[in-house]
Amino acid sequence: MFGYYARLALKSFGRNPGLSALMVLAIALGIAVCIMTLTVYHAMSGNPIWWKNDRLYTVTMDNWDPNSPYNADGKLPPPQMTYKDSHYLMSSSVPERKVVMYSSDGVISGAGLASPVRLSTRLTTADFFAMFEVPFLYGNGWSAADDNPPRPVIVLSREQNERLFGGVNSLGRTLRWNDHEFRVIGVLDDWFPRPRFYDLNGGSFGAPDGAYIPFAWGIELEQLGNENTACWKPEKLDTFQDFIASDCIWLQMWVELPTAASRERMQALLDNYWAEQRKSGRFPRPRDDRLTNVGQWLIDQKVLDNDNRMLVGLAFAFLVVCLINTVGLLLAKFLNNTPATGVRRALGASRRQIFLQHLVEVGALAALGALLGLVLAALGLASIHHLYAAAHLGERGGYQELMHFDPIGVVWAVALALLATLAAGLYPAWRVGRLPPALYLKSQ
Amino acid sequence: MLKMHDVSKIYRTDLIETYALRKFSLAVTAGEFVAVTGPSGSGKTTFLNLAGLLEDFDAGSYELDGTDVRNLSDDARSRLRNERIGFIFQSFNLIPDLNVADNVEVPLRYRRLSSANRRERISSALELVGLASRARHMPAQLSGGQQQRVAIARAIAGDPAFLLADEPTGNLDSLMARQVMDLLEQINEMGTTILLVTHDPELARRAQRNVHLVDGQISDFRAYEPRSAVLADGASSVAAARA
Repeated sequence: MFGYYARLALKSFGRNPGLSALMVLAIALGIAVCIMTLTVYHAMSGNPIWWKNDRLYTVTMDNWDPNSPYNADGKLPPPQMTYKDSHYLMSSSVPERKVVMYSSDGVISGAGLASPVRLSTRLTTADFFAMFEVPFLYGNGWSAADDNPPRPVIVLSREQNERLFGGVNSLGRTLRWNDHEFRVIGVLDDWFPRPRFYDLNGGSFGAPDGAYIPFAWGIELEQLGNENTACWKPEKLDTFQDFIASDCIWLQMWVELPTAASRERMQALLDNYWAEQRKSGRFPRPRDDRLTNVGQWLIDQKVLDNDNRMLVGLAFAFLVVCLINTVGLLLAKFLNNTPATGVRRALGASRRQIFLQHLVEVGALAALGALLGLVLAALGLASIHHLYAAAHLGERGGYQELMHFDPIGVVWAVALALLATLAAGLYPAWRVGRLPPALYLKSQ
Repeated sequence: MLKMHDVSKIYRTDLIETYALRKFSLAVTAGEFVAVTGPSGSGKTTFLNLAGLLEDFDAGSYELDGTDVRNLSDDARSRLRNERIGFIFQSFNLIPDLNVADNVEVPLRYRRLSSANRRERISSALELVGLASRARHMPAQLSGGQQQRVAIARAIAGDPAFLLADEPTGNLDSLMARQVMDLLEQINEMGTTILLVTHDPELARRAQRNVHLVDGQISDFRAYEPRSAVLADGASSVAAARA
């Protein structure tokens, strides 16, 4: 009977094309707005490495001013580490993997470039690539042995490899980074975690760096970072050595702890280190040394703010308004056709069959609405993308990177819309089946 | 076959109760052609709606083919209506956006017959009413008489035991009305029981038996020759007494 009901639904659309189009449009608008806000919400709230949420932890310690916490509410430690603290913790063998890093500007020359180019470069340690599961197009990252003393090796992003080497396999080629020669040992495949959880400086949705070199080059070449560096007490900062010995925070540190036991050992290590440093006169604030997983990290750093949640709430409220309108239109449409329904009842259709017939019609409307909603959402997201892209003149990163269809989000939104529309159609479909057939036979 | 005993149907508002049928009793046997006549508001259509299981009654009993219909579920009543009863209405009640064949198919769909079976029944029914060549026409493309013949084809396609006709010639001119009545007689001769509600005494005289209603009650029974042999229940005795 489903095929028969579907045929009747199509005939019904043909009978009242204007009314049917209005309902499809109402459903589509509600769905489109929901998909657009959910896409943004999902992208902004998504944990891009969720499968390692119980393994990856960022390390933070509150080394801040006893009279003025780093955050206004004083509930979180500073989000970055000092060089001396991270240097000590990096010597630990507790984590399965460990990374300390920062981003700095490098000037690239050679490699056939007519003129030098500036390139945001991440100075990091060997585990970075394995820890964050960074995909490679060519070659690999460097090994721990290359970290110290640092070897002149460089990994390029796919985009920068195209820019510098025309996209060919550039392994073994050399280029000059801040006037030092580096050999290309790896080229990344497309990799754009959203948000850029491992370093939220400079915008949570910024693009990853264009090149990666061993962290120790930063120290050897006395290379300052290009991101937030924060200091809180008067210290001598005349030289780079003064800087790395200071209580200024500028480094991100992540560890991979695969088991509960390793997490406990790491926390104990932090606590012991804290206690030692406290004895020596550092860490004047109450103890706050933390291991924070990615999900909690994104919440703590307010990557997703309340405005987004409110926007999602409003989008769903809009969908509800659209569906309430659809209920009214469905009632009008179904009740307008009661004489034919009366004939069907007289000819042997049960209430259940009339209900199902109308529910299939609602389902068909919902499907059409969902389809049109997807198209409208795609157009809406493309418009937003163009708006942001125009504002950022082709830069990568930022909100324009969010404006693409998220397949899982779309599946959820469409399923939700179908269910919601079917739920909205339950009453009209039930109501039309309950009307006494004799009454509407008379109305013929 | 159809047996109503002391059936009452009351329409209620906040202020008033109106008896559409009051202690109405009638028995109709298989193969009869019974005309129900009476003035407007006498309860003819209410009787037909009750007989066709389209409405519930307030008191009395009603048996159709030995089944007490009073406590049947909606599904069971719908099935009984679909399999045992065919309807013909004054205003034809064809579904305007279905073509002739699809209109005839409607009751067959609810019986879940196979596609081949449905096609065969549609074809036979349209042959019988002389409209086989119009199967793909839309109702609006047909004359009133042709539309009523489609409605008759739809009513008999499922091979029902009962045909309930509510003023089937009310919207037709006299020539078409005669053709429709000829068709109904032909169907009755094939064994289908017919209950015909009409204002027209001439048409009523073509039935085997006439039940006259006034104010929801039977005021008169009359049997007509040569079909008077098939009388039932109290009707036969009243008719016999009058004879």
